[in-house]
Formats: sequence, structure tokens, C-alpha cells
Amino acid sequence: MTSAPAPIKAKLRVGDLVFSRSAVFAGSMILVTLAAVAVFLIVQSIPALSATKDDASILDTNFWAYVGPLVFGTVWAAALALVIALPVSIGIALFISHYAPRRLASVLGYVVDLLAAVPSVVFGLWGIGVLAPAVVPVYTWLNEHLGWIPLFSGTVSATGRTILTAALVLAVMVLPIMTAICREVFLQTPVLHEEAALALGATRWEMIRVAVLPFGRSGIISASVLGLGRALGETMAVAMVLSAAHVVTFDLLTSVNPTTIAANIALSFPEAYALNVNVLIATGLILFVVTFAVNAFARWIISRRKEFSGAN
Amino acid sequence: MTLQTMNPSPETGTPIANSLTAGRLPSSAPWVILGTAVAVAAAVFGVVAIGSGSGFDWGGALVVGALLYIPSIWLFSRLVEGARRATDRLVTALVTGAFLLAMIPLVSLTITVVTFGLARFDADFFSMSMRNVTGEGGGALHAIVGTLLMTGAAAIISIPIGLMTSIYLVEYGRGKLARGVTFLVDVMTGIPSIVAGLFAYSLFAIFWGPGTRTGIAGAVALSLLMIPVVVRSSEEMLRLVPNELREAAYALGVPKWLTIVKVVLPTSIAGITTGIMLSIARVIGETAPLLIAAGFTASMNYNLFDGRMQSLPVFVYTQYANQGNPAEAFLDRAWAAALTLILIVMALNLIARLVARLFAPKLGR
Repeated sequence: MTSAPAPIKAKLRVGDLVFSRSAVFAGSMILVTLAAVAVFLIVQSIPALSATKDDASILDTNFWAYVGPLVFGTVWAAALALVIALPVSIGIALFISHYAPRRLASVLGYVVDLLAAVPSVVFGLWGIGVLAPAVVPVYTWLNEHLGWIPLFSGTVSATGRTILTAALVLAVMVLPIMTAICREVFLQTPVLHEEAALALGATRWEMIRVAVLPFGRSGIISASVLGLGRALGETMAVAMVLSAAHVVTFDLLTSVNPTTIAANIALSFPEAYALNVNVLIATGLILFVVTFAVNAFARWIISRRKEFSGAN
Repeated sequence: MTLQTMNPSPETGTPIANSLTAGRLPSSAPWVILGTAVAVAAAVFGVVAIGSGSGFDWGGALVVGALLYIPSIWLFSRLVEGARRATDRLVTALVTGAFLLAMIPLVSLTITVVTFGLARFDADFFSMSMRNVTGEGGGALHAIVGTLLMTGAAAIISIPIGLMTSIYLVEYGRGKLARGVTFLVDVMTGIPSIVAGLFAYSLFAIFWGPGTRTGIAGAVALSLLMIPVVVRSSEEMLRLVPNELREAAYALGVPKWLTIVKVVLPTSIAGITTGIMLSIARVIGETAPLLIAAGFTASMNYNLFDGRMQSLPVFVYTQYANQGNPAEAFLDRAWAAALTLILIVMALNLIARLVARLFAPKLGR
């Protein structure tokens, strides 16, 4: 009669235990940190939610009336930036992945990534010092010839520090991440699809239209959502470039512009005191919730694509 | 029954017009058209410049020339090559234009920062603080020291947590916790930097009273932004280590933790170093969280745990935002600090790429 040999047990080593425990600990730290961010922001925000102008001097009536125009400004600036950046980044990604000579492609990609390395405060300085004066003639022209479009109506700002300038700077800042994602997806297009299209006599653009773009659609969507998340939270460039007021307006070229949550916090926080601090933190909490939702949505699209596309 | 082929007699048939037989523009045509377009634009701008007596606008002429090129190449191609090729050429022009368009801010920004920044890029700037300086003179030594201290502290907090998290995800992580961590790290990369600053401020305000602004609060805010970048890049590098190496170590009876420390980490150390340096380059330019959590000051402060601390990006911002008299001196200092900051970031990027290239593991034979 043969009996199965007793299973050999791995020796339990102290080193193994310590190492695996600390790895799990570090992993859970991420969860704890994010939870702590939410908890601390909520704790600090609660007093602000019911505050009136008697408690906090920066409020006109109540908190929700204060945060409304800020939310509008944040979404409006980010949406403008996205509208400007999306076609350009798709173009750059196509240029690098399908048009530029193979050897140059990686160098060109690196050059675009350099834009991401520039600190936002330097973009802010550049925005006021160079971009804003440079766009004033263009804005004047737009206002004179296309002033009948509501977006371009009103009195043109003499300094060029309008929401459109801020959106341009934002667009430059979100370009690198959007380009990087689009480029990666375009490069993953199955070569057989591309060659099949070319073999059927398609021109390069027709090949891109029938093979590359449909394959990269979810990549383009997630790139734009991630870019939107970046643009929503970008602070210093907007704070420095925009000449802000507390209004809701769609005019792009005037000197009365809605401001964004992040820029408003950066400008008001250093001088804030008492309950004003809590009001600003509460606006930050709203920004956090919005960007969290936007980013989670983008990641969900990316992960869904990973599971169901035939590429991997 | 015989099979009848219906061949049109080739001698009598007219040539079929399609994209294969239609005419093609010579390969030099785009360049000739581009040159002509720019020349026409330059001529128009020249006439305007002479007429109005102002200087010749080179930038405007080039941009208008490029804009003129796009419809003309389409028109010529349409006439000679047909509609499909014309669209193709149009898209080629647009796509190349998009790339050149993105280069404009990069080039303009580099030129501006270098020209304005050099005005105060001198020894004083790197050896003095702003204490008791109200006009000209002064420097950014306090900001440079603050940036180094806070970024260093942030690195000391983030590198162990980030590295261990990535080891957890690659070597140990299974099930719900691992998936949750992956998802949250992804989401964490998207946290607005100002929210990180607000978090650090609230954290320290709750324990040490409202209005507490210290260097360590700034470091906490920075590490919140740095951890996800470290995790992402190290995870990618650890996954590149071939499984054969791990299996060979296990087969020799090496415990798992020693396999990780002695085999997996040394193989991927170049990539991990690169990722960490890039993450430092990313947070060293952050302004908003430091403005909120660490505040700003004009004096030297070597103590992370006591008092406000200045940093280079915040220095740029405060010099710009609180201009005194003469304003020129403040702007010059802002630009010089911006130049310093960009040089630091570029150096970090460059060294990181060099490390990745020089110390990459030689896996092939």
C-alpha cells in the first residue's frame, strides 16, 4: 500500500513575512491616503456649506451662489481648451505615428513630451508676457468681422487676458498627454488592417479613416477625457493669465471673464482667514469630486477597451 | 457551349480615368507650391509694411504663407490627380501643420525664458535671499534651498511607498485589493495639484491649528502627487523583468523576498531610477500646492518643521504677483527663477534618459 507523501511545507521565513506584509501595507496606504484626502476635505468643508455672508466675508449670499459661477468657469475653460487641443493632438499623433519618417518619429515624440516638462507657472508667465499681447490684434479682428457671433461680441480686452487666452494656454498644457495616448493607440492598429486597406487601393488618408481611426476611437475618447481632467484642475496658468470676475458669461474676448475653482483658490487662499478658508476648501472638494468622476470615467473606458479589443 | 469573353478591344477603347492612370503631381510639387505660397504672402506683407511704414512681420508672413499652401495644394492636386488624392494631400498638409503648430509655443517659450531670464542669471541670484530686499538686487537662494528640501522630503516619503506598492502589484497582488489599488493609482494621477495642497493644509490645520504652513506640509502635498507616478513607472519596469529569472532563483531555493531584492530589483533598477527622476521632475515645478501648504517668505528657512518655506515656482509667482518698485527688477527675478526651474527640470529629464540608456539590462545575447 502506497501512501501519498506528506506535502512539503515551505519554510516560513521572517524575511518573506516582513517583505510581503510591508508590500501589502504600502498598497493599502494608497487606499488610506485617498480616503484621507476625501475625509479631511469633507471635514473642513462642512462648516462652509451652510455659511452665509455674515459668517464668511467672501460670500455674497450663500455658498452655492458663490460656487455656481466658479463651476461654470471651470467647465467652460476646460471645454474650450479641449475643443482647441483635441484636433491638434489627433493631428500630431497621426503625424508621429503614420506620416513622419520612422527614424524621426521617436525624436519628435520626445519633443512634444518636452512641453509636458515645462512647469505651469512658467506657462503662466509666458501666457501674460508673450501670448496675451500677441493675440490682441487677432481678437480685435475677430470682434470686428465675426462680432455678430455671440461668442465674439462685446468690447475687446486691451490686455488680451481673456478666457480664450487662458484656454489656449490650457490647450498647450494638455496637448502632450492627449498626444501621447492617441499616438500609442494609433501605433497599436493591426498592421494587417492597414496593409489590407492600402492593398485595396486606399490612399493614406483613406487607410487612416477606415483602419486607424475606428480602431483608435476609444483611445481618442479616453485621451480627451483625461485631457479634460487635467484642464479642470490646472491652476497657476489660469490664475496668472485670466483677468477674472465673479460672473457667468460666454463672451470670449472681453475683460470680464468667469474664473475657475482652482485659480480662485490659488488667488484667494493666501489672504483667507476664518470661515473663508473653509469656503475655499469646500470649492476644492467640489473640484476633487468632479475630476475624480472624470478620471474614473476615462480609466473605465480604457480598461473596457483592453478587455474587448482584439489587439491584445 | 463556348465560353465567351467580352474583352473590349484595347486598341479602340479610351483610357479609363482612375486614380492609377490619372496624372500625378511631380514629387517636388508640394515644395514648389509651399515656396510660392510663402513668397506671395511675403510680398503682400512687404507691400503692407512699406505702405504703413511699420516693420516687416516675418511670423505673420510665414503663418499666412502656410495657410495659403493648404488650399493651393488641394486645388492643384484636385485638378491634376482627382478628388481622392486631393483629400489625401489636404490631410497630409493639415496633419503636418498640427505638428508645426504645437512647436510654436515650445520654441517661443524657450526663446522668451532664455532671453528674459539671462538678465538676472548672475552670482547674486544664487547667493542671496530676498530678506530686506524691496527693489533691485536680492536672489532666490532661499527658494532654491526650500525647493531642494521639500522635494527631497517628498521623495523620501514617496519612493518607499511607491516602490513597495509597485512590488505589491507585480509580485504579490491578487484579487480585489490589487485591482482596487491599480484603479485608485490611476485615478490619483489625475488629482488636481491644488487639491493635494488643500489636503495637506487641512491635515496640518486639524492637528496643529489653522494657518499652519510648514515645509513638511508642502512635502506631503508633493508626495501625494509623486506616489502615483512612481508606482506607475516602477510597475511597468518590474513587469518587464522576465519570469525565467524569477523561476531560476526559486529553483535554486532562494526565498521570494530575496529573489525580489537580489534578482528582480537589480534587473530593473535603471528603469526604476529613470521613473523616479521623471517623477521628481514633475513635482519640482508644482506651484499651487506649495503656495497653499507651505506659503511663501522672503527669508532663509532650513527647518522643514517650522515656519513657512519658499520654493522656486512660488518664488516665480510671488515675484510676478506682488510687483514692487521698480517692477522691472521683480519681473527679471521671476524670469531668472523660471529659467533656473526649466534648467533643473531639463537636467533631470536628460539624466533620467541617460540612466535608462546606459544602465539598461542587457537581456539579449
